[in-house]
Amino acid sequence: MSHSHDRTISVEALARVEGEGAMHVEVADGRVEQVQLRIYEPPRFFEAMLRGRTYLEPPDITARICGICPVAYQLSAINAIESLCGIGTPDGMPMPDGIRQLRRLLYCGEWIESHVLHIFLLHAPDFLGYQGAIEMAADHRDLVEMALRLRKAGNQLLEVIGGRAIHPINVRVGGFHRAPTRTELQEMVPELLWGREAAIAAARLVAGFEFPDLDQSHTFASLRPEQDSLPPGATGYPIEDGRLVTNSGLDVPIAAWPEHFHEEHVEHSTALHGRMTDGGTYLVGPAARFNLNADRLPAEIADLAAEVGCAEAVTNPFRSIVVRAIETVYAFDEALRLIDAYDRPETPAVEVRPVAGTGHGATEAPRGILYHRYTLDEEGLITDAVIVPPTSQNQPAIEEDLLEFVQAHLHLDDDALQWQCEQAIRNYDPCISCSTHFLDLTVRRR
Amino acid sequence: MTEGIGRPTVAVWKFASCDGCQLSLLSAEDELLAIAGEIEIAYFLEATREVKEGPYDISLVEGSITTPDDAERIRQVRDLSTTLITIGACATAGGIQALRNFGDVEAFRSLVYARPEYVDTLADSTAIAEHVPVDLELRGCPIETSQLVEVINAILAGRKPITPTHSVCVECKLRGNLCVAVAHGTPCLGPVTQAGCNARCPAFDRGCYGCFGPAESPNAASLAAWLEEELAMEHPDLVRLFRSFNADAPAFRRESRRHEPEEEVAT
Repeated sequence: MSHSHDRTISVEALARVEGEGAMHVEVADGRVEQVQLRIYEPPRFFEAMLRGRTYLEPPDITARICGICPVAYQLSAINAIESLCGIGTPDGMPMPDGIRQLRRLLYCGEWIESHVLHIFLLHAPDFLGYQGAIEMAADHRDLVEMALRLRKAGNQLLEVIGGRAIHPINVRVGGFHRAPTRTELQEMVPELLWGREAAIAAARLVAGFEFPDLDQSHTFASLRPEQDSLPPGATGYPIEDGRLVTNSGLDVPIAAWPEHFHEEHVEHSTALHGRMTDGGTYLVGPAARFNLNADRLPAEIADLAAEVGCAEAVTNPFRSIVVRAIETVYAFDEALRLIDAYDRPETPAVEVRPVAGTGHGATEAPRGILYHRYTLDEEGLITDAVIVPPTSQNQPAIEEDLLEFVQAHLHLDDDALQWQCEQAIRNYDPCISCSTHFLDLTVRRR
Repeated sequence: MTEGIGRPTVAVWKFASCDGCQLSLLSAEDELLAIAGEIEIAYFLEATREVKEGPYDISLVEGSITTPDDAERIRQVRDLSTTLITIGACATAGGIQALRNFGDVEAFRSLVYARPEYVDTLADSTAIAEHVPVDLELRGCPIETSQLVEVINAILAGRKPITPTHSVCVECKLRGNLCVAVAHGTPCLGPVTQAGCNARCPAFDRGCYGCFGPAESPNAASLAAWLEEELAMEHPDLVRLFRSFNADAPAFRRESRRHEPEEEVAT
């Protein structure tokens, strides 16, 4: 069985990930020959379904790609369409501050909801040795109750601003259907103040977990808002906007995406694999965002990051759970700042007229950069759509990490190795449903 | 209930979907731990690695059938389940991915995938009930957490769940919403869409866009005629209005077909 030189480990259906995936590892003569992250989520053909729909429909339709991060889909779609139609662009019609504030505030709600789901309900059970959060609750009821209350605070932001936590109904091209009043937002402040303190405690708690050794120096990619675009009081950690930057020196507008990144189709996955144009793998997500934008955190949160072991760039994927917790603190902090600054727009939306051509948009989904591109005809009908979700971009890098991780842990028996591999995969919070176009672990030891 | 332990076993299954409906269970923040105390979660991959073998007292099924393997898997799920409940528009009507049913799936496949031969898919995205008998369906894109909690409570209490089949219009009246169609001229599917969301969209000055699918005995043709006459909606817009998250629910499918150009109807 387990300690022979040749073996195969298979996880046929990965648990605690969003969507359906599997993993296959082949070991021969004590060397890991192949690691495949298999995505068998049935294809849904969103990019094809969008053809012939109007320029106003992608926010509602693409939200349905993912029930965990619908706001990311809505706002990436909106960025692409509005940039094409001359809204919020340097020489176009300016977007009112109130609408920009509401969008970022809505997105803070999604970061909180998604990050807390992943940290406590999906990933913490690995570190604490439980099959899942329900089992964990038997011994750590206070922890699970705190997580559920934190999540509820995020969902409340989505309800009040978006009209619904899953697939918000109030988001549209141009703004919102109805802008909430200052009073409606201020009613959430006490719970958000509690949430910020609870999230700080949570960050200290997860920082105390044991992290297996793994050091991977990837190319990291994230968005980064331009300094001079920041409103007063904002530190500008990337969420709903920004230029495309990497730690290898890339710094370009979103419209330059196709020149630097592409997707390829491999047999073992219905998710396309993202690569840089030079063929290299890259990583998006919390660690990438943090490593490229730590200077954009408020001083108090930067100090917290240093205290919980993230003074330097985070290159151990197992520590991504700590980064998620830091970002959760930021999302609460930022939500409080935005509510304080909120200037209710006179009209909930600006009028957007269709323009023929191609528009590019991206935002920082909880799992990393989400890129959308639409081509419209003169009547505003979509003739072409391209959507690149974070998990597709990370998949080649995850396979590289796993190869190294499995090689270093071949001494473990199959069950232990399988669980550690699963934990390693969950480091990336892979969202398989999102792989519009993800995982089973099989390890074959021959 | 199985094994005589007392707590019913619950399994949660996923087919083609966005995960949003099963997430609704994890989003029942106030009730989740109490529910987990009353049922035995036997299979719920999104939440736990622990997998208990069937049969199961209750299966919650999310997603539509779009691949040959899934058409087989749903039969196995049915065989393992005493009560099978479909949750959400994908499971009850084929979901947004049923837009392929109105197009050519081969064209879709080669449009999205560079190597279409790697992708195994059926021509249509179909509701679970088209493959196996379904005991109860929960509508919505996504389902409402409150309705899911109601269904679980009802099963635990051994009573019939209360899930209304009247239209969103009734919810608007009960909630005191202004009619966005009459007052603002905003196209609204409320008159023909099943209640359940508490009229969320009209409460946000938006027309209903049909997340819960057709209400009982909907008069979609009459609504379409009103939208044409009063709001000057044109046929392509009517097609798109009825053809979204419940596009293949029979009443919405028929109505969208009626507004297609002649030559495409004749199949």
